Amino acid sequence: MSETTAATATVQEHAHEEHHEMSFWEKYIFPTDHKMIGLQYMFTGMFMAAVGGYFAYAFRMQLAFPGMDVPLFGQVTPQIYNMLITNHGTIMIFWVAMPVLIAGFGNFLIPLMIGCDDMVFPRINRLSYQIFFVSTVVLLLSFFVKGGGFGGAWTAYPPLSSVPEYNLTNWGSSLWIVAVALEIIAFLLGGINFVTTTMNSRAPGMKMMDIPIVIWMINIAVIMFMASVGPLIAGAVMLFMDQRIGTTFFLPAGGGDPVLWQHLFWFFGHPEVYVVLFPTLGLVADVITTFSRKKLWGYRTILYTTIATGGLAFVVWAHHQFIAGIDPRMANVFVVTTLLISIPIAEVMFCYIATLYGGSIRFTVPMLWALGFLMTFLLGGVTGIYLGASGLNIYFHDSYFVVAHFHYTFFPITIIGMFGALYYWFPKMFGRHLNEFWGKVHFWGTLIPFNGIFLPLFLLGMAGQHRRIYNYEHFPDLASPDLQGLRVFATASLVIMLLFQIPFLINFFGSMFRGRKAEPNPWKANTLEWIVPSPPPHGNFKELPSVYRGPYEYSVPGNREDYWPQNMPDRN
Amino acid sequence: MIEYFVENASSYGGEIDWLFDLITYMVGFWFLLTFGAMVYLLLKFRYREGVPAKYITGERHNEKRWIHWPHNIIIVFDVVLIAGAIWVWVLVKQTMPPKDDAIRVIAQQWSWSFIHSGPDGKLDTEDDIKTVNDLHVEVNKVYHFELQSRDVIHNFAVPAFRLRQDMIPGRSIAGWFEPTLPGTYDIQCAEMCGHGHGIMSAAVTVHTPESYQQTMAAIRDGTYESDYLRRLNGPPTPIPGTVKASDPDSYATLLAKSF
Amino acid sequence: MTLREGGSPPRTFAWKILMTHSPIATRRTVTGIPTGRLAVWWVLTSEVFIFGGLIMCFVLYKLNGAPGFEQASMTNTPAGAFNTFVLLTSSLTIVLAHAASERRDLKKTFNYIWFTIFGGLVFMVVKFYEYTTKIFPEWYHTPATHEPITILSNVFWSFYFTATGLHALHVFGGMVIMGMISMDVLKGRNLQRVELIGLYWHFVDIVWIFLFPLLYIANF
Repeated sequence: MSETTAATATVQEHAHEEHHEMSFWEKYIFPTDHKMIGLQYMFTGMFMAAVGGYFAYAFRMQLAFPGMDVPLFGQVTPQIYNMLITNHGTIMIFWVAMPVLIAGFGNFLIPLMIGCDDMVFPRINRLSYQIFFVSTVVLLLSFFVKGGGFGGAWTAYPPLSSVPEYNLTNWGSSLWIVAVALEIIAFLLGGINFVTTTMNSRAPGMKMMDIPIVIWMINIAVIMFMASVGPLIAGAVMLFMDQRIGTTFFLPAGGGDPVLWQHLFWFFGHPEVYVVLFPTLGLVADVITTFSRKKLWGYRTILYTTIATGGLAFVVWAHHQFIAGIDPRMANVFVVTTLLISIPIAEVMFCYIATLYGGSIRFTVPMLWALGFLMTFLLGGVTGIYLGASGLNIYFHDSYFVVAHFHYTFFPITIIGMFGALYYWFPKMFGRHLNEFWGKVHFWGTLIPFNGIFLPLFLLGMAGQHRRIYNYEHFPDLASPDLQGLRVFATASLVIMLLFQIPFLINFFGSMFRGRKAEPNPWKANTLEWIVPSPPPHGNFKELPSVYRGPYEYSVPGNREDYWPQNMPDRN
Repeated sequence: MIEYFVENASSYGGEIDWLFDLITYMVGFWFLLTFGAMVYLLLKFRYREGVPAKYITGERHNEKRWIHWPHNIIIVFDVVLIAGAIWVWVLVKQTMPPKDDAIRVIAQQWSWSFIHSGPDGKLDTEDDIKTVNDLHVEVNKVYHFELQSRDVIHNFAVPAFRLRQDMIPGRSIAGWFEPTLPGTYDIQCAEMCGHGHGIMSAAVTVHTPESYQQTMAAIRDGTYESDYLRRLNGPPTPIPGTVKASDPDSYATLLAKSF
Repeated sequence: MTLREGGSPPRTFAWKILMTHSPIATRRTVTGIPTGRLAVWWVLTSEVFIFGGLIMCFVLYKLNGAPGFEQASMTNTPAGAFNTFVLLTSSLTIVLAHAASERRDLKKTFNYIWFTIFGGLVFMVVKFYEYTTKIFPEWYHTPATHEPITILSNVFWSFYFTATGLHALHVFGGMVIMGMISMDVLKGRNLQRVELIGLYWHFVDIVWIFLFPLLYIANF
């Protein structure tokens, strides 16, 4: 930041052609290159997804076949079961969804898409990943300390989470909080970098409405994260002191209030849903426009309704606590805000679907994933209405209906939409194509079993099955063989879905080295990352580009080609 | 539709089931419409040789109405849904019909204590009857309950009554229900409460007036046999052709059978 | 790789890990706000929500009548008022440092930064005095005038020590960073950072302006 001549800097811009060979350590372990940091985040996220999936496998097996040894895991005791579900949730949200979608794709795409050579603070970017890495290690270590990992659900409601005598995981619960806090700090650092980069370092000519929607979405998500996570950090400090020093912030016996934590947590927890949703919406927008060769329907409408959704998301948190002992009159306010949020988010969905109108749709593998995202997320979205309606929430609170609903939102967001983006940008990341056939096998092998897992859970939720129970044999109404059959079906689907990830992994790592070579712009897309070689070199652009139009100018009448790169001054 | 899965045994269960149906119809309409529109567009506008895509910004007035009309209809639907949701909510959580009897529910890690008010209908008197994991109520009587917790947050959940309410340590949370269907039903703890969360069950038995008197007398004499334990130890009636949870089969057969 | 003036330093392993090129991205200012200042504003935004959450919790507990809040009268209001004065003064000196740095008056910038650090130090000493009078009353009066008050005494004192402790941590962090910046100032490098630390220091000041009336004055 030694530059005081900022005003003249744009004039002096030129690419640096000084090649000095970077050592392995510089390039892969302590990189400052945004692309490599993005990939680091992504690979860490993939590793953690494997851990989270393994946990899901273990506890689903326990639910389907209670009390039996789970192959490749062992006995699932109640204590281990609680640890598994708690950390499954924590990992999938904090260590998979956020690092892959925001940090991974954000780091990789932001500088490329806005046409600059790196993030504004490359070293802070590196620090962000390093803190994140430490948080990962802390979380993994917490499973092996005396007493086992934290088992008080990812919401960590006190007093259970704050008193070691209640949760019986003295060290696990504290390490869990430390890991989450470190992860949050890493994302705050990364987020500041993202927002500053997008605000200040866009290519000349790139106006606000020329920014690809995915960059908008990631930035809205980051700002929402910043605004929502602060109170949770304060709460985490208080909870940590309750655990370790013995203060009574959340302990009624000492004058504290356990419900306050719920407010702090959900004030963060609900916007967090949109924090992970928005990046995927953006990624999917790029995929859909490219493969239907269409301009995005209502760019501004999508942008404004997204911002409206983000704003509304801050005033709906108490719908997670309708029956948690808050004043019942408050529920009437929150049911209104909660159901109102359906309006802007439905409008975004309509715009996406309308984008298909008049297109020339190519069902490539990324497009399949993107459409799969829209279809499954649609079901996830509409089932939210049941839970937001306060009267019905009395029945559905903490039931499997909730589990099915949020998996129908989170799974499309984190897995289906993410895979679409991965198949789409894989050529840019590694310079080679993924195999099409195995990509399609992977798609159907994931989408169909996914519905097989979670559709039965809706029915189980309607049957009154509540969450976080290691064995339903203690609840005679729920132990009926019919319901057990549904549980077995869900588990079988999960196993199949996990098995279908094996061809993907082979395809992924195989194609990285042996795949078909990719030219710079294999999909004939408009955004700036496609004008550089695949993979982009250090410093990204040989000549830093100027921008002349928006990112979605496909099939413009009068052009020879049906795409029109943002940096192309003349007709195509 | 919930009543196909769990019988409705309380006076307001019907309203909650009605709300579920209402939402299903409204949401189902939108789901099918949107899903159908998407499938139609995908088929209609799939790639054909020599047919270029149209250039539509979606920002002109006559294009925007394709978004704005559904948007306006959603607002109308939302108003109906909000009205329905609040109506049921007020009925269950914000109104207290006059009470016939009172009970106190005390949760702790990981069991339930129920204090029945006894013949005088008042709590904290000498004729209170305390049971563990067994709640007895009389059909068609309005019960006011007090929920208390000794340690962490629990949740008093009776699916058959369509009732769930968190229990916060340090507070006493009031509410009501009116059982309408005799029988024995599960009570669940529906909030994560530690290692034994999965075994924290209890049973509520809805009695006819006669059997209620008999049971209460039996509890006083000490000759009472717990409904809870009877249910817990008794085998669930198996339906032919389905997989039994305790089947000592191999995983391979169990998985294969599930299809 | 652009290197700063002064030629290329030896490329040891540590150099490779710690130093990097400064990308063109850092030098662009599409908004017209220098990148460093923009980033500091975002840092402060996220800090506002952290302290905001903590203060909001405190206010909620107070309104709900949590036990121990009547003991707010036991806080040392004169010491708090003195600390307010010290912090405000140090805010003034950092503004003067910024003004001096704009004129590239390195000597004065350096001096004003150290005035500010001194202000922070006085603040910490008073804070230390306050804490010890609460935790170790026997140090000051024998026999002690009151029971030892610690973070565990009740919810009010938990908040008192948490909030002021977190704030003191920020003061300390600011002092360390100012010390580092003052070293750069002597060499005439990175003068724009004086403004950035000034922004941060004002923020720390404002947090105290909120904490002081809540914890020391509002004895209801």
